[in-house]
Amino acid sequence: MSIGPKETTEAIALYTRSLDCVHCGLCLPTCPTYRETGRESSSPRGRIYLARGVAEGKLALSDAVAEEMYLCLGCRACETACPSGVRFGSLLEQMRAEVERVGLRRGPAKRIESFLLRHVVPHPRRLRAAISVVRAIQAVRLDALALRLAPAGLRERIALAPRVPHARDRAPLPRLVRAHGERRGRVGFFVGCIMPELFGDVNHATVRVLARNGFDVVVAEGQGCCGALHAHAGDRETAKRLAARNVAAFAAAGVDVVISNAAGCGAALREVGEWLPATGDVLARRVRDVSEFLDAEGLRPPPTPFPRRVCYDDPCHLLHGQQVEAAPRRLLRQIPGLVLVAHDDAAACCGAAGIYNLTHPEMSRAVLARKMRSLASADPDVIATGNPGCMMQLRAGVVEHGLRAEVLHPVTLMDRAYGGGRSVGEPPYL
Amino acid sequence: MTTPARARLLDALRAAVGADALLCRAEELFVYECDGLTHHAARPFAVVLPRTSDEVVEIVRACAKAGVPFVPRGAGTGLSGGAVALADGVVIECARMNRVLEIDPVDRVAVVQPGVVNADLSKVAAPHGLHFAPDPSSQLACTIGGNVAENSGGPHTLKYGSTTAHVLALELVLADGDRVRIGSRAGGEPGYDLVGAVVGGEGTLGVVTEATLRLTPLPEAVETLLGIFPDVVSACHAVGAVIRSGLVPAALEIVDRRTIEAVEASVYAAGLPLDAGAVLIAELDGPAVALPRQVERVRALCARAGATRIEVARDADERQRFWKARKGAFGAMGRLAPDLYVHDAVVPRSKLPEVLAEICAIGDRHGLRLSNVFHAGDGNLHPNISFDRRDADEMARVLAAGTEILELCVRAGGVISGEHGIGTEKQDFMPLLFSPDDLGAMRRLRDAFDPDHRSNPGKIFPTTRACVESNPKARGYERVSFDA
Ligand SMILES: Cc1cc2nc3c(=O)[nH]c(=O)nc-3n(C[C@H](O)[C@H](O)[C@H](O)COP(=O)(O)OP(=O)(O)OC[C@H]3O[C@@H](n4cnc5c(N)ncnc54)[C@H](O)[C@@H]3O)c2cc1C
Ligand code: SF4
Ligand code: SF4
Repeated sequence: MSIGPKETTEAIALYTRSLDCVHCGLCLPTCPTYRETGRESSSPRGRIYLARGVAEGKLALSDAVAEEMYLCLGCRACETACPSGVRFGSLLEQMRAEVERVGLRRGPAKRIESFLLRHVVPHPRRLRAAISVVRAIQAVRLDALALRLAPAGLRERIALAPRVPHARDRAPLPRLVRAHGERRGRVGFFVGCIMPELFGDVNHATVRVLARNGFDVVVAEGQGCCGALHAHAGDRETAKRLAARNVAAFAAAGVDVVISNAAGCGAALREVGEWLPATGDVLARRVRDVSEFLDAEGLRPPPTPFPRRVCYDDPCHLLHGQQVEAAPRRLLRQIPGLVLVAHDDAAACCGAAGIYNLTHPEMSRAVLARKMRSLASADPDVIATGNPGCMMQLRAGVVEHGLRAEVLHPVTLMDRAYGGGRSVGEPPYL
Repeated sequence: MTTPARARLLDALRAAVGADALLCRAEELFVYECDGLTHHAARPFAVVLPRTSDEVVEIVRACAKAGVPFVPRGAGTGLSGGAVALADGVVIECARMNRVLEIDPVDRVAVVQPGVVNADLSKVAAPHGLHFAPDPSSQLACTIGGNVAENSGGPHTLKYGSTTAHVLALELVLADGDRVRIGSRAGGEPGYDLVGAVVGGEGTLGVVTEATLRLTPLPEAVETLLGIFPDVVSACHAVGAVIRSGLVPAALEIVDRRTIEAVEASVYAAGLPLDAGAVLIAELDGPAVALPRQVERVRALCARAGATRIEVARDADERQRFWKARKGAFGAMGRLAPDLYVHDAVVPRSKLPEVLAEICAIGDRHGLRLSNVFHAGDGNLHPNISFDRRDADEMARVLAAGTEILELCVRAGGVISGEHGIGTEKQDFMPLLFSPDDLGAMRRLRDAFDPDHRSNPGKIFPTTRACVESNPKARGYERVSFDA
């Protein structure tokens, strides 16, 4: 795809992005795949150089180039480190789209991935049905049997699979939840696709915490998957389609703020302006992570002590994707009795990276192991992180590395500190 | 090399380090074609990533047997083309040799493998109240091996000295595969100062496989001032005044307006004043009782030199931000153009104002976007030129301006590199500074270590097509008159 006048604007944008890199190398030490391998081609600077080489026609878009683009976790730690302002996330997505376009990625992992991403994830009913099947399997402990019978490689993947929560937690959210106490405002809530199925409890907790802080919460009708997984996998078209649906849904809901509690979704929603230049900007500018929002508005501190030793672990798509670093820490510190302990590797990727832990189990586990060592020495009661993928990965890590910690979303911690769902007992929700 | 010979060498390398640590696919090699100096590129024959010095010995032996050169490499942040493999050579990438082997807080010594990242060493030493003093702006990424090879400095070199002042002993694998230890942990070395030769040797004397380094106590207190000046020249006058006053600041750095604009637009924005023509960052460290008076003196001297405002970092966080901004400056210039040529030269401090004025004039004359961010206290200049290497005309003007800048610095009694080394970038400027006899003496030293020129060949010494005429009397540093 060497760049000539006839190229698409996307290819030219990709090329232009690669030129932002002055090759200073300051991003190298932040890159998990470089830290593991020491290979320039597995570093941000190397990947950009490959992209530029391809764009300039010096390199073919070969399997080796494609491999590096998929070995990348997409964590965007390199963006936070880059003084030159390289937008690595978009560069990566465009490179992956290019890889998909020329059909370089094949094999069963690719087929499963595209089936799930195209035909299941975007459709709430199909996703729900699929998840119910998994729940049924887990209920009768068939998964434990599978775990014993499966070959080694597959066994790790099954162990990673999260427990599907009880139907109570998967119950749909009400359309509107009224503010508790003095009303401070009205916000929209982004539900997500996987969240209600696997982390419905977090969604319920988020809505409760927002309501307790004085906000009416509108669960806009017609919203759906944010498209992040599709964009990361190089399927920009599906991503755009999904984004358009969300733009319409939140416009119709008439809210000025859209709250997300999943870092990956929040980061993607903030990029919708780039995917849909004409219409996406309005939604993109309204998106706030729940921690960022509560921090800015001022938390109503929970009244009773909730003594826990907590390590906060930054989700990449919150830290690097949305530059939210201090807010969740400040919120947690306001919980009486809670002790926040720093740990060395908090800012590094955990290796979950969407479905990376399924497509690249070896690298994913190596990256995770580094973080678990750092967490083990801090020895917390709770590891708090605000992204479903990271929660699953860290839960698997806790089991594998024998930690005693519970992995929770920060908002769940706050919700519990407030007394959770039932204790307040105010029908129908709080 | 014939195809079977290539295959044999690859087999030998694979046997030395394992298949996982040998890179030979075209795409993998492509990314090793340059370091931080992007317009000097050459692709290696292969890249190996050893973990131990035993593996390095095996690699070097295999290269010797095949008659193929090798190049040690750290993080590839070098700015003079040093880590680029010429002549189809093998890159020995030290990134996996990244273990800190020992920290001894009583001897104040660290023993490390060469791939340890500079900033990581200081982090490991910090709980002992110690740090590794050389702090190049690239310290978050660059390695000890690279620091040793380039004799790297940094803002705090003004007070603490460059890398050479902090290396006690080295383990070195010579081009024939012999492993030698030079220097001593106790400091001082009977006989020739071979450590002194290898530090700054740019990888031409062998591969450093272990370094015993001096650690320095962290200062009790630190104060950082920002002097805000209308232009670079007045900031330079302030530097002269501070040094003349007898103070020994930890750092004196100047950042000009163009650089401030780029940094403040980047992730390293620190609130540097956008209305300043230049900012002087002055850092003082030492016993807490002594600092307030020193701060006042620097403040007064800056004001007298024409500072419009002086700010003092409120706390450690703000100080950190200033330094991050200073150190992110090079990368931030990438916002202006795809490429950046970071020049590096030294002039006597007393000449700073005139030389800076003339450098800016050179940039203007060639119609280039030139900015300055530099270790002013050491007279170590970094005129940076933003450009686009795809524009042949601009590239030619960049090179012409670079030549004029180096000639200017030599005329002013300076040298052609302060800390980035010669590499391939400046080899042809060596005759500006050294006579053929001077260069001959250096060559004989190199021959003594590596008679067949297999360790990083093609660097430092002028090519035969040297663009600068060799001048037997061209010992720039002996000239005192300044006639620019
Ligand atoms: C943003 C930026 C800022 C910089 N700021 C400064 C600064 O303030 N001060 C400064 O002095 N430099 C600075 N530099 C230049 C550069 O970072 C230094 O020269 C650094 O020491 C290079 O380290 P590296 O690990 O990247 O080495 P590389 O670039 O990989 O190699 C540099 C040289 O060292 C040799 N080498 C590497 N490892 C070994 C080894 N084990 N044995 C023998 N030789 C070896 C190589 O052959 C090569 O000649 C800067 C560079 C950048 C990009
Ligand atoms: S996104 Fe993460 S894994 Fe990918 S290059 Fe950047 S830092 Fe490395
Ligand atoms: S930090 Fe930015 S400019 Fe520097 S090498 Fe990495 S991507 Fe390129």
